[in-house]
Amino acid sequence: MKFTIQVNEGPYQHQASDTAYQFTKAALAKGHEIFRVFFYHDGVNNGTRLASPPQDDRNVMKRWSELAAEHKLDLVLCVAAAQRRGIADADEAKRNGKDANNIAPGFRISGLGQLIEGGIQADRLVVFGD
Amino acid sequence: MSIIKKFMYVNRKAPYGTIYAWESLEVVLIGAAFDQDVSLAFIGDGVFQLIANQDTANSGFKNFSPTYAALGDYGVTKIYVEKESLEERGLTLDDLQHLIWEDEEEDYAEKDSIRLVSRAELANVLAEQDVLFNF
Repeated sequence: MKFTIQVNEGPYQHQASDTAYQFTKAALAKGHEIFRVFFYHDGVNNGTRLASPPQDDRNVMKRWSELAAEHKLDLVLCVAAAQRRGIADADEAKRNGKDANNIAPGFRISGLGQLIEGGIQADRLVVFGD
Repeated sequence: MSIIKKFMYVNRKAPYGTIYAWESLEVVLIGAAFDQDVSLAFIGDGVFQLIANQDTANSGFKNFSPTYAALGDYGVTKIYVEKESLEERGLTLDDLQHLIWEDEEEDYAEKDSIRLVSRAELANVLAEQDVLFNF
């Protein structure tokens, strides 16, 4: 089965990103396809490379980057949500006149159309969050 | 061949305590360009999103409620409001914005977008959907 995953909550504050990660990993292990993981609302905060969580805890952001590298996952941060919350890649930082970017490896920033397309193309859209 | 699916956006939260309602509306507006069979549902505190004459001046929040009136122009013409959710909050349809759309096939006749449905009826509508977005 082909899944699109939507993550609506930020890391640590909420378990949604953890659960989405475990679901995605389990689906891949069972041979399913992940069409895309789309991060919306505070979920875009999963795409920063500047977080430094304590070493005796899981690293939610890095875990997504590693899973993306291993399985060539398409991790997409919503551009409008990312702009509001200060998540930027090099292009976005330049366009908005910022002095730095912070996007983590394996993530890309794109529009909400990517979520709609995910709903159209996948057999199931699974949403994680409140 | 292009795929047309039944998309429903389920709005469950009050308009201003969190950003879910506003960012949900942003998805609806973008999604309208994809020519899917779109409908919206308002349940629970989500019914407060449609209240008429919202005033956010004292909170500093952006009042995005006028955007709902534009949905008809975006081709979003099916807006389900759950009757029990209104009643539980002491509201009636008269408390909500009057949302309309213009039917091109009937000489642009103005038609109501809001469909007041019972919880049981809405359950059936939900069951018919291909894609559910929860906000």
